Amino acid sequence: MARWPLILGAMVAALGAGWYLTRPAPLADNALDRLTPDAARGAVIFAAAGCASCHTSETGADTLLTGGKRFASPFGTFVAPNISSDPVHGVGGWSDLELASAIVAGVSQDGSHLYPAFPYTSYNKADMQDVVDLIAHMRTLPASDAPSLPHEIGFPFNLRAALGPWKALFVSEQWVLATAETDALERGRYLVEALGHCAECHTPRGALGGLQGDQWMAGAPNPSGEGRIPNITPAALQWSERDIAEYLKSGFTPDFDSAGGEMVAVIKNTSQLTDADRAAIAAYLKAIPAIANP
Amino acid sequence: MPIKGLTLLSVASVFTLVSAAFAAGHLTQDQQRAMDARNAHMTLYSFNLGKVGAMVQDRVPYDADVASAAAANLAALAAIDEAGYWVEGTDTSIEGSRAKPEIWADMAGFEAEQVKLATATAAFAAVAGDGLDAMKAGFGPVGQSCSSCHESYRAPRE
Ligand code: HEC
Ligand code: HEC
Ligand code: HEC
Repeated sequence: MARWPLILGAMVAALGAGWYLTRPAPLADNALDRLTPDAARGAVIFAAAGCASCHTSETGADTLLTGGKRFASPFGTFVAPNISSDPVHGVGGWSDLELASAIVAGVSQDGSHLYPAFPYTSYNKADMQDVVDLIAHMRTLPASDAPSLPHEIGFPFNLRAALGPWKALFVSEQWVLATAETDALERGRYLVEALGHCAECHTPRGALGGLQGDQWMAGAPNPSGEGRIPNITPAALQWSERDIAEYLKSGFTPDFDSAGGEMVAVIKNTSQLTDADRAAIAAYLKAIPAIANP
Repeated sequence: MPIKGLTLLSVASVFTLVSAAFAAGHLTQDQQRAMDARNAHMTLYSFNLGKVGAMVQDRVPYDADVASAAAANLAALAAIDEAGYWVEGTDTSIEGSRAKPEIWADMAGFEAEQVKLATATAAFAAVAGDGLDAMKAGFGPVGQSCSSCHESYRAPRE
């Protein structure tokens, strides 16, 4: 690939200049003060955030966050770690603050940067009360003693320090839909842009793996190489809001085809939301700019 | 003599080119018909599912006769032997096919998905005429069977 030397050069330069400025920044010690976790509420947040889609195995139970799922990318293959309540192989031994730092700041317990294959780039916009509720729920799930497997990525992407400059470039706390005029739109924006991380699949990425904001939800190549993740802006998705909400509940399109591929796991999550929340997501998808594919 | 060698060579290379192009871009008539047949089968699923799905989604009132007929059709469709549809060489490497190579790598798993749908539709047909609530309960597993196969064995559209 012709881009390769360029990417490498950019990363090395950025590394040299900026590693100190962009060192991992976990949450402040008092970030969770005065928040009382509610595990029951956290179950819904956990579903809305889709943690199980990535951290369960193909064969294990829906609640066993044993890891092992593989995510192909142009930078190599990432393998989801064990985040079950096991204190040794999972994250049962992490404090609430350490877990919250991982989820919203992409910083690991040992203080290093985490890869954005873990969508903290979206979760950074999550409400801190939701985060502590989610963590309380995770702690009620069973333990798995399966060791986490190493990622399969080469130099320079295996250098976690290089993620500092990457985060500085691509992690933003701004909403893409800058104004949400109604409560429903605001809720929909929160569910899509923060918890649901829909853009991680539906928005194309640039050479360095950052989401292309001007192509928000306009569809993207499927990382597995087969077919395309569909454009779900109003330019392509002509369904009514009700149709979209039904799809997120049952998986059926308006002509009663049934969803397939990675979207099935997403619908397993959205089917656990309330009707009002699904309607809010639908309203949001109708409100984002229509972007036609060339 | 060199000319003759050259001619032979060019004939041979034209031949290889043509057959390579044929292999990459074209299906045999049998393969094309198998793909048409399986998509038609899927369309019939959608059509019949739509009749009951509209009731499940409260878009039209429940009608026991319509629900029973559609459910019986779904059960009959799911009982059809599909072995002839899923012929080798018709996976996603062929334009227009969304059938993932995993079907052929794991035929037992794929057939198990067909059995799952057959079981769910048979159970659904038995209750579809018994009122809206019973019908809704039987409908769930049918939809899940469609999705579960599409999750593992069908790629998104190009
Ligand atoms: C799109 C897939 C995906 C989703 C969704 C996802 N994760 Fe992850 N997660 C990953 C990957 C991949 C890593 C490994 C990152 C790394 O090694 O830098 C990871 C790492 C983590 C870690 C750090 C574990 C460790 O041992 O370093 C925690 C904690 C975590 N995820 C929790 C969550 C929670 C909680 C959610 C839901 C709010 C979630 N993840 C959603 C893919 C995902
Ligand atoms: C055993 C696996 C399996 C089951 C069960 C299954 N499908 Fe499919 N379906 C597929 C595959 C594979 C394709 C892609 C075929 C291709 O592109 O050649 C497909 C394609 C489709 C299509 C697209 C047809 C077209 O013309 O493009 C529709 C619609 C569909 N399925 C509906 C359904 C519905 C509704 C159900 C449940 C009642 C269902 N399917 C059950 C495997 C399955
Ligand atoms: C892990 C990747 C992934 C994530 C995350 C994801 N999607 Fe999807 N989405 C897909 C794929 C793949 C399809 C195509 C499904 C198929 O082939 O049947 C799809 C299809 C859709 C469709 C139907 C489009 C059409 O024209 O058929 C809608 C609507 C949709 N997604 C909305 C969402 C929303 C809302 C979210 C966030 C809550 C979301 N998606 C998150 C991968 C994803």
